[in-house]
Amino acid sequence: MEKLLEVDGLQVAFKTHGGTIQAVRGVSFTLHKGETIAIVGESGCGKSVTAKSIMRLIPEHIGKIVGGKMLFQGKDLAQLPEKEMREMRGSQISMIFQDAMTSLNPTISIGEQIMEGIIRHQKVPRSEAKRQATEILQLVGIANPESRLKQYLHQFSGGMRQRIMIAIALVCKPAILIADEPTTALDVTIQAQIIELFQTIQRKTGVSIIMITHDLGVVAKIADRVNVMYAGKVVESGPVREIFYNPQHPYTKGLLSSMPRLDADRNIPLSPIPGTPPDLFAPPAGCAFAARCEYALEVCRAHQPEETQLGSKHVVSCWLQDPRAKKLITAQQSPTGT
Amino acid sequence: MLSFILRRFVSMIVTLWLIITLTFFLMHAAPGNPFEKEGKGLPDAVAANLNAFYNLDKPLIVQYGLYLQNLVKFDLGPSIANSSDTVNKIIARGFPVSFQLGLVAILFAIVTGIALGVVAALRHNRLIDYVAMVIAVIGISVPSFVLASLLIKYLAVEWKLFPTATWGTWQHVVLPALALAFSPIAIIARLTRTNMLEVLTAEYIETARAKGLSPATIVFKHALRNAILPVVTLLGALIANILTGSFVIEKIFAIPGMGKYFVAGINNRDYSVIMGTTVFYSTLLIFMMFIVDVLYSIIDPRIKFHGKEREG
Amino acid sequence: MIVSDELFTPMRKDNLSAEAIVRPQLTYWQEAWLRLRGNKLALAGLVIIIILGVMAIAGPIISPHDYAKQSMITKNQPPSAENWFGTDDFGRDVFTRVWHGARISLFVGLMAALIDFFIGVLYGGIAGYLGGRVDNIMMRFVDILYGLPYLLVVILLMVVMGSGLVTIIVALSATGWIGMARTVRGQVLQMKNSEYVLAAKTMGAKPFYIVRKHLLPNTIGIIIVYVTLSVPSAIFAEAFLSFLGLGIQAPMASWGTMANDGLPTILSGHWWRLFFPAFFISLTMLAFNVLGDGLRDAFDPKTRR
Repeated sequence: MEKLLEVDGLQVAFKTHGGTIQAVRGVSFTLHKGETIAIVGESGCGKSVTAKSIMRLIPEHIGKIVGGKMLFQGKDLAQLPEKEMREMRGSQISMIFQDAMTSLNPTISIGEQIMEGIIRHQKVPRSEAKRQATEILQLVGIANPESRLKQYLHQFSGGMRQRIMIAIALVCKPAILIADEPTTALDVTIQAQIIELFQTIQRKTGVSIIMITHDLGVVAKIADRVNVMYAGKVVESGPVREIFYNPQHPYTKGLLSSMPRLDADRNIPLSPIPGTPPDLFAPPAGCAFAARCEYALEVCRAHQPEETQLGSKHVVSCWLQDPRAKKLITAQQSPTGT
Repeated sequence: MLSFILRRFVSMIVTLWLIITLTFFLMHAAPGNPFEKEGKGLPDAVAANLNAFYNLDKPLIVQYGLYLQNLVKFDLGPSIANSSDTVNKIIARGFPVSFQLGLVAILFAIVTGIALGVVAALRHNRLIDYVAMVIAVIGISVPSFVLASLLIKYLAVEWKLFPTATWGTWQHVVLPALALAFSPIAIIARLTRTNMLEVLTAEYIETARAKGLSPATIVFKHALRNAILPVVTLLGALIANILTGSFVIEKIFAIPGMGKYFVAGINNRDYSVIMGTTVFYSTLLIFMMFIVDVLYSIIDPRIKFHGKEREG
Repeated sequence: MIVSDELFTPMRKDNLSAEAIVRPQLTYWQEAWLRLRGNKLALAGLVIIIILGVMAIAGPIISPHDYAKQSMITKNQPPSAENWFGTDDFGRDVFTRVWHGARISLFVGLMAALIDFFIGVLYGGIAGYLGGRVDNIMMRFVDILYGLPYLLVVILLMVVMGSGLVTIIVALSATGWIGMARTVRGQVLQMKNSEYVLAAKTMGAKPFYIVRKHLLPNTIGIIIVYVTLSVPSAIFAEAFLSFLGLGIQAPMASWGTMANDGLPTILSGHWWRLFFPAFFISLTMLAFNVLGDGLRDAFDPKTRR
């Protein structure tokens, strides 16, 4: 499959009153054409920052890209001049956000918000823009698109607002669609509809999707590959089946087992991961998850774990993968010990 | 939208009635009959005639009723200090002048204030932001008459750029309008800046940037529209501000506007004039506020379609 | 990277607490105070206010002159060693009169603000707390009053009651409490329905406890800001009334009357008679405004990190 976007060692830092926050500390992944990859992790792990940094949406004086490359169409997005980046946004790479109610302008009509992107990038007359806008509204499943173009945000329901946002993002037929928690603010039934919409759109247009979410159910349904992030780094990545059925990193395992399941025994208590993520003002020298990990070793505190390549593009960053650690675990598990 | 306008209209009428009644009873609660003031030394018969002429000998309620009757006919009654003059004529003399001054002041204030606020917000935390906000704070702290004095002293007396007083040419408008507008400019600039800063961090601005729109489009089409709305609601208060400010400014610059007559009426204890001009001013203000409300309902689509305002 | 073998032993958990908090937590008030301290402009305002207050008390005392003593010989003298701020039309010492005026202007400003505070908080607090129909009626009443042009009503009241210190304060407070009432009521309403109050209620907290621990601390910030900002508007109103001839009467000196008396000096050249009162009016208003702004920023939960 053709490589579309290669993120290599991305580092993003935020300057605040209290100091510098290392929000993203070396994230790498590859997006292929027609693929859907999910970036999962808890709040504050850096997944949103990663997504926004791909589009260079974070103002420089707030959050700066301090390292790494993002290769797309032969250019490094991290170094691209702002003017060229603006050309990319909305036409080559698009983004949709979590809450459509606050992410769309309440005082401008929906139609205008769709058409301004078309006019800006394609430089076509308004009549043509209107036609495309009507078409895209149809594609995302909004009935009577012509009449709805003139309406305003508050006249739509939650699910429809999300569809409108998707329409705005797709109207210029971008190569990549980044979706930042697109279902988090929606009811469960609407969630299912939106996920199906994504799948339909991908089938019809072949757009590649980067989905940011903390909802593993969504990941299971739609993603081809998964990147698990923790404290600004990717700790595990791989095909969705591998991650779900053969998780290797203790954090991934913890995430999966903390999900409440309908078929679980009601008497067995839920198993959350104890503790909270570290303060990224002073990131730890070793593995950031060590403090909460029940398998932590001394080496985990002292050094950053190296990447281990398991079969079929499954990568883990964990000291437990080291043969010496594996020896220790088998020794512990064996009753006699050798 | 219609129900919103209707409600505001009723509210306006009630407030208007209230201020008329309040003014009436306050004026008549003032100590002393205007014709019994020391120094007037009027013989009893003459005083009695004057009292009858001004209806002051009738019971208060009757006077009130007569007054309301006259109001509906837009008749504000005769002046007490000068019985051949009527309040209506005084207003007709003074209002056009005050209106000109006030209009120039408010237009200037709106344009300058918004521009200043937008620039300060766009260059947030940089020198021009700081300078603009210092000027703004000074603007709301230094009373207009102080500024007027400074303007006269330097621009008129020392540098002879503008006339020091009275009315007549466009040059006569500049200094008083500037003095009147300074405080509103400061208020508008601060509010615009605060709103712009808030709006610029709104999520829909991020969406607009994610669409690749140019910064100019984002500022003027998306941000400004939302940031300006609260300034519109402020318009009513600003008009009141300029109106009351005009009393002092007209006195300082010896401008023959309504303010001058109003102040004179106060000093002469000409209750008729005081009452009449107060009612006139209040009606003007309350009506202006009503217009502003209507304007706001047209601009904000949420009210236009649903008659409901966002909880503010 | 070469990693030594000994490191592959289970980690000691003692010095890596899973829930360790890295930065010290500050209370709401400590944080607000820290922020205020960082705002140099607001601090300058506070200092100026304190200095003005001290001078208001001490000024007339340390000055060798009496504020009302007239003297035809020394009238309209520029500032000198004898009269630090010069003399006015009646030969009275401007320095003494300025500080005497400070007492009056500050007194008027603070009294009006305090009365507004008491009436406003009471009215708004009751309306907000009781809610429902009572709130509706109370606020309907206030809304209508709000539509009245503030200064016009004050002028009317002054015409009726005559000039004087007490009447000015009464006139200013009569209309000024409305803004405070609205603000307090809005705050109380917002908080009554907020989640942490609901949480306290579900835990069985009594109404008085809720008021004391939750409503009060959160409203106090706004109230302090409002009171601070209403002082300059009262001082301005007093000066404004003086210009219209409705202010404090001679021989008492308020800054407003002094400025009014000093107006003709623009042309006559006795600049000190206008400059000093006008300067101090502006300075005082400026100081209270920047302090109020600083307080508002310090208390604003939105800007908390």
